[in-house]
Amino acid sequence: MTRDPALTARLLVLLAGGGVAAWLIVLNFGALGAVAWRAEGLTALRGADWAAVRFTLIQALWSAALSVLLAIPIARALARRRFIGRGALIMLMGAPFILPTLVAVLGLLAVFGRAGLVNQGLEGLGFGRLNIFGLQGVVLAHVFYNLPLATRILLQGWATIPAERFRLGATLGFGPRENFRQLEWPMLRELVPGAFLVIFLICLTSFSVALTMGGGPRATTVELAIYQAFRFDFDMGRAAMLALVQFGLCACAGLLAWRVSLPSGLGSGMDRPVQRFDTGTLSLRLWDGALIVAGALFLLVPLALVALRGLPHVAGLPPEVWQAAGRSLLVALGATGVTLAMTLALAHAVIAVGPGRGAMLEWLGLAALAASPLVIGTGLYLLIRPFGNPRDFALVVTMLVNAGMALPFALRLILPGLREVVVSQGRLADSLGLHGWVRLRIVTLPRLRRSLGFAAGLTAALSMGDLGVIMLFAEREGATLPMQLYRLMTAYRLDDAAGTALVLLGSSLALFWLFDAWGRRFADA
Amino acid sequence: MHYSGYLTHGGADLLTLDAVTIRQDDFLLCAALQITAGARVAVIGPSGAGKSTLLGAIAGFVPLAEGRIIWANADISGQSPALRPISVLFQDNNLFPHLSAFDNVALGLRPSLRLTKTERAQVMAALDRVGLSGYEARRPAQLSGGQQSRVALARVVLQRKPLVLLDEPFSALGPALKAEMLQLVADICSETGATLLMVTHDISDARAIADQTILVADGVAEGPFETAHLLDNPPASLRAYIGASLSGPPDRR
Repeated sequence: MTRDPALTARLLVLLAGGGVAAWLIVLNFGALGAVAWRAEGLTALRGADWAAVRFTLIQALWSAALSVLLAIPIARALARRRFIGRGALIMLMGAPFILPTLVAVLGLLAVFGRAGLVNQGLEGLGFGRLNIFGLQGVVLAHVFYNLPLATRILLQGWATIPAERFRLGATLGFGPRENFRQLEWPMLRELVPGAFLVIFLICLTSFSVALTMGGGPRATTVELAIYQAFRFDFDMGRAAMLALVQFGLCACAGLLAWRVSLPSGLGSGMDRPVQRFDTGTLSLRLWDGALIVAGALFLLVPLALVALRGLPHVAGLPPEVWQAAGRSLLVALGATGVTLAMTLALAHAVIAVGPGRGAMLEWLGLAALAASPLVIGTGLYLLIRPFGNPRDFALVVTMLVNAGMALPFALRLILPGLREVVVSQGRLADSLGLHGWVRLRIVTLPRLRRSLGFAAGLTAALSMGDLGVIMLFAEREGATLPMQLYRLMTAYRLDDAAGTALVLLGSSLALFWLFDAWGRRFADA
Repeated sequence: MHYSGYLTHGGADLLTLDAVTIRQDDFLLCAALQITAGARVAVIGPSGAGKSTLLGAIAGFVPLAEGRIIWANADISGQSPALRPISVLFQDNNLFPHLSAFDNVALGLRPSLRLTKTERAQVMAALDRVGLSGYEARRPAQLSGGQQSRVALARVVLQRKPLVLLDEPFSALGPALKAEMLQLVADICSETGATLLMVTHDISDARAIADQTILVADGVAEGPFETAHLLDNPPASLRAYIGASLSGPPDRR
């Protein structure tokens, strides 16, 4: 009997998808098991650890609440106003997502820090200085990151309200208040819980923000406490216990998020102002204008300061910065390749096994959203230790963990496109005998090019700027660029740090732009 | 229910639907029929009766609940679509929008698109046959609806499969263009000796192209009948569908 290539291809898809699923289980759950197993007995948590748990929850609550609350008026202003640069501003609001954390932190310090613009202004007016470190600093950095995300999510919500509704409202004499109550509030009620949860989840696993803006016994997140127990005390029992606690927190939030439909916020199609009839009054226009300007300044000034302060120092950077940049580039490109391969395999498998089991696979792919990189890193460290020096694998592990962390986003971007290809062109491809690799090359990849480019750009930029697992593994030498930047910051070599921050910012944005532009080429097809 | 217009066959090259049952949720379609090689068969019947489903089952996209599909004495029911001796034109999405006309046609010969010189010449000849010389570099979006249909037909020419299934691929075209395309299909099938099965909503298409007709109604696919005889003396199920004014000999229309 002859081999049927259609069946062979299906088998390959199931094998590859199963492999990825198994790896994700190892990454998300196996690593935790390793921590628990190798710890040789869990240590009871101390008072400081419970303080870390409390601080983690409090800062995540504040960050999520403030981000969403502030995003509502800003998104509303953006939704009902047209102005030059509106599209650019909305696009820019996607930027914090790919912004290296340390760069954002440096930018915020330049504005709100001890010698920052705000404090200089306050001092000039005879007020005391603001202290940015601690809870307020962590929340500020998180809001800086997540306010744009929340705004984009809500803006998408506004875009889903049909223009006809506002027209109907106008014929009924709706003013802004009635429009809000009848049209906008129902949409917000649907979207806000999801947006809140996404941001809460992101802030729950905050490591580098807490490392730089928090710290000390009063402002330590669980993620940071794991790092400290592991790196400074080498107390495996406590690290394991904290990892379990962190996993529990994330699992609870993840389960909640599973119940509420999570918005993506990464999609396009929100650059479509709807004609409104209730927004003509001068006071309302001033109010919206002020909101938009304030939001844009909050976003732009820190970044502009990073660029301005860094520029004079780039040329004089020591060689180890450039070596670190090379290492980070390799890690980022590797993570991008691994993420795309895993995403394609998993997405094909999700479709191949049908709706019920497909949803399970999809959930597994998205589970990394709630995973803690530090827990995974600790687990991998312990798994590697019997076979060799984990520090030799620092870059590989960083790459793999980064790839796993980017997978949920890539899957969200690619799966809908793949479904669309299967629905619209699956039969044609089947009838022509396009299977396996040939089908991928001739049909699927070209059709997915745009979302592949975007996903690759996101992964590369996220990976380039990530400061997480590498901190567990790396020694003096072998640092990545964010780690090098952190060292320069803690050594108070501020000029070098400023230059390095600019290099990091530039390379993250450049990677994103290159991949995304590649995806957009021939996008007319 | 028996009907006087049944055609009877002898001969080896038959497409046989042997006690076929298709079940999708609460939809059920039974078919037991034979089609001779080289025949041109219309498939007609009310919307939702299962015309496309029947074609989908023959092409291998819809699984059979029971029965077998036999072509030239071989059971093809278990084969995947590409292995069946069948070319299909769907209602839409017959072309890949990101590939040139040339590549879209060449896929019928080599899914890998790695062609020898001879094969390239074959592709050009097929494009020439449907009147598209000079258009090979264009993408579907740069072609008119009729030209897009011609590209898909060029692929059918190149595939040289003994069975051609049309699931109303020309329904988006105007009447004159549609008639022209159907005539082109009929000509191509005559040249290659291929058997043609075409779903249609238009009784005049059936009259013009198909000497035989399969009627799909009330969960049963019956036939084939002689087209002219069936349409001039429609049974109740067909009469309800086509309406009294459209039945009868063509000169009354």
